[in-house]
Amino acid sequence: MATVQYISPGGEVAGELPLTTEELVRGYRAAARARFFDERAVTLQRQGRLGVYPPFRGQEAAQVGAALALTERDWLVPSYRETAAALTHGLPLSQVILYWRSHPAGWRFPEGLRLLPFYVPIATQLPHAVGLALAGRYQAEEPWVVLAFIGDGGTSEGDFHEALNFAAVYKAPVVFVVQNNGWAISTPTERQMGNVRIKDRALGYGMAGVRVDGNDLAATWLTAREAVARARAGEGPTLIEALTYRIAPHTTSDDPGRYRDEAEARRHAAEEPLARLRRVLGARGAWDEAREAELERELEAELQAALAEADAAPDAAPAEIVEHVYAELGPDQRRAWEALGGR
Amino acid sequence: MAAEARAPVADARQGMTMVQAVNDALAVALGRDDRVLVFGQDVGVMGGVFRATDGLQARFGEGRVFDTPLAEAGIVGLGIGLALGGMRPVAEVQFAGFLYPALDQVLSHLGRYRHRTRGRFSLPMVVRAPYGGGVHTPEQHADSPEGILAQAPGVKVVVPSSPERAKGLLLAAIDDPDPVFFLEAIKLYRSERQAVPEGHFAFELGRARIVRPGDAVSLFCYGGMVEVCLKAAEVAAREGVELEVVDLETLAPLDEATVLDSVKRTGRAVIVYEAPRSGGFGAEVAARIAEEAIYHLEAPVVRVAGWDAPYPPFTSVEHHYRPDARRVLAAVREVLE
Ligand SMILES: Cc1ncc(C[n+]2csc(CCOP(=O)(O)OP(=O)(O)O)c2C)c(N)n1
Repeated sequence: MATVQYISPGGEVAGELPLTTEELVRGYRAAARARFFDERAVTLQRQGRLGVYPPFRGQEAAQVGAALALTERDWLVPSYRETAAALTHGLPLSQVILYWRSHPAGWRFPEGLRLLPFYVPIATQLPHAVGLALAGRYQAEEPWVVLAFIGDGGTSEGDFHEALNFAAVYKAPVVFVVQNNGWAISTPTERQMGNVRIKDRALGYGMAGVRVDGNDLAATWLTAREAVARARAGEGPTLIEALTYRIAPHTTSDDPGRYRDEAEARRHAAEEPLARLRRVLGARGAWDEAREAELERELEAELQAALAEADAAPDAAPAEIVEHVYAELGPDQRRAWEALGGR
Repeated sequence: MAAEARAPVADARQGMTMVQAVNDALAVALGRDDRVLVFGQDVGVMGGVFRATDGLQARFGEGRVFDTPLAEAGIVGLGIGLALGGMRPVAEVQFAGFLYPALDQVLSHLGRYRHRTRGRFSLPMVVRAPYGGGVHTPEQHADSPEGILAQAPGVKVVVPSSPERAKGLLLAAIDDPDPVFFLEAIKLYRSERQAVPEGHFAFELGRARIVRPGDAVSLFCYGGMVEVCLKAAEVAAREGVELEVVDLETLAPLDEATVLDSVKRTGRAVIVYEAPRSGGFGAEVAARIAEEAIYHLEAPVVRVAGWDAPYPPFTSVEHHYRPDARRVLAAVREVLE
């Protein structure tokens, strides 16, 4: 099957678009919010107000569209790049800032929010996603669905294979979203795998597989929505390959000029997801410059409030280093805690 | 990924940083032995996240220096196969904390192969990995897993503490008939420049070095902790206390003779490492001292190490985790009381 696309890069809608204007506005606002934060995060990092940060510029639709398919009772399992998905699923902005400041207060996500922590060791989150999905069968009246993210590079790890195989064997209610952004640091997808159609692997595992234009929010949202519905109905897992592009450096410490032609990145930047949504909404009379300016004011106010809240967090205490190793301080941790000034 | 772009091309007058010395050693090894292959994530065009392999692919070609897919078990497993087939693989694991997917290959095979084939096959492979903290790397980029590796029989573990030692030890590791883990302290990659001899030279593996002689207390350390101990020794010397700093350098096999000889002279031992304290490599050193030199001790052996917690990603308090000169000196006072 061809790549799923509803809205072309130029903003043309092919055929029927099964999303209401209200839904499209909601999707656009969520994606624009993510973009706004991402741009500011890069600036804040340069000013020393944020630590090393992995930007997601250009990947807003892949993350936000998929996250919008979840309800509050479903779980989202991110890698380190899924700040946009986490924000969409309800992680407060002040928490996001504290997290990327590496402040311990940012690392305990709010109670009740069904979001696992950001994962740094590549692919290790996927087996957890499968277990988490199965746990719902034992405990919930209606199983919760788990949406788990990974990058193209991550599909090379053994954990990717093991997780997908387990999910298929148990028909686990889990949706895997591979954001194929063309790069794993300096390694392009063509040198990461023999068949760059990651979606094809679904066949080998015995699960549904879909390739979508990851820069088309309608495509990512609708595809994820169907996959979530199938998972909820007990029809098993889905592998979604979202084709997108890492326009930005790997992280704020990376220098992509060393390994890729930045002209290529600029070409891909022209296919980014927000402009095409604005066009569709504009044609429906649901968006204009005034509304864009109003949204920006709102987002600026939200960011300033979140920054103020993050700035007000009490300084981390050295003794926090040894807290939460066990349920209670073990004897070695207690000695360390006292040496670190814990009281 | 804390690596910043800086080419490791060395200026002979200014000396080399440790990352340049590693690069130089790899170039020498690739140049003198066609069987040497260098591979790992992003080591080719990009030259590695720390630039340790900068320029090597351009110089030696994509056949000798190549990127791998993102899979550590695959990297180490591939290296084992290459070694079985007669090559001299030098693999890079991007950060020691990302070695864990490969532990199956390391613990099941790398250290065991010679033994289970009764000497028919050996695995002359080197796995390089940046390790340790002190430079505000992101979460899980600062682990020090040397203790896990040193407990695998058949695997040698080498941790250099300066540019010159790094080059000579890496060349020795590549020539060694057995598998060697070569752990490079991230903190030391660019902290110091040192004159490093050109061309091929090799230091003997399995030898500890007294890097500063003293008579009051023996400080046992390796890798990134050597500069910390030297600093502590400098401070103590101002008060007339001479600390002996012993750089263990090869953790497996450990140079027990040099350790015991030092302790027998000073009667006091402080062991310094940045991995979590409990069950860490320092416990091995302390046990050897207890077994072989207990009657020479004037005070209990003390360990100064990372706290018993994961290396903290929390930037503002991170420096409390890794031992510093102040904590080493507190331990010195304790054993001198
Ligand atoms: C097990 C493991 N190995 C290596 C790394 C270092 N590393 C961090 S990100 C990355 C590339 C990931 O690429 P991809 O999966 O495509 O995701 P992207 O960064 O493009 O979102 C690597 C190699 C890691 N974090 N974990």
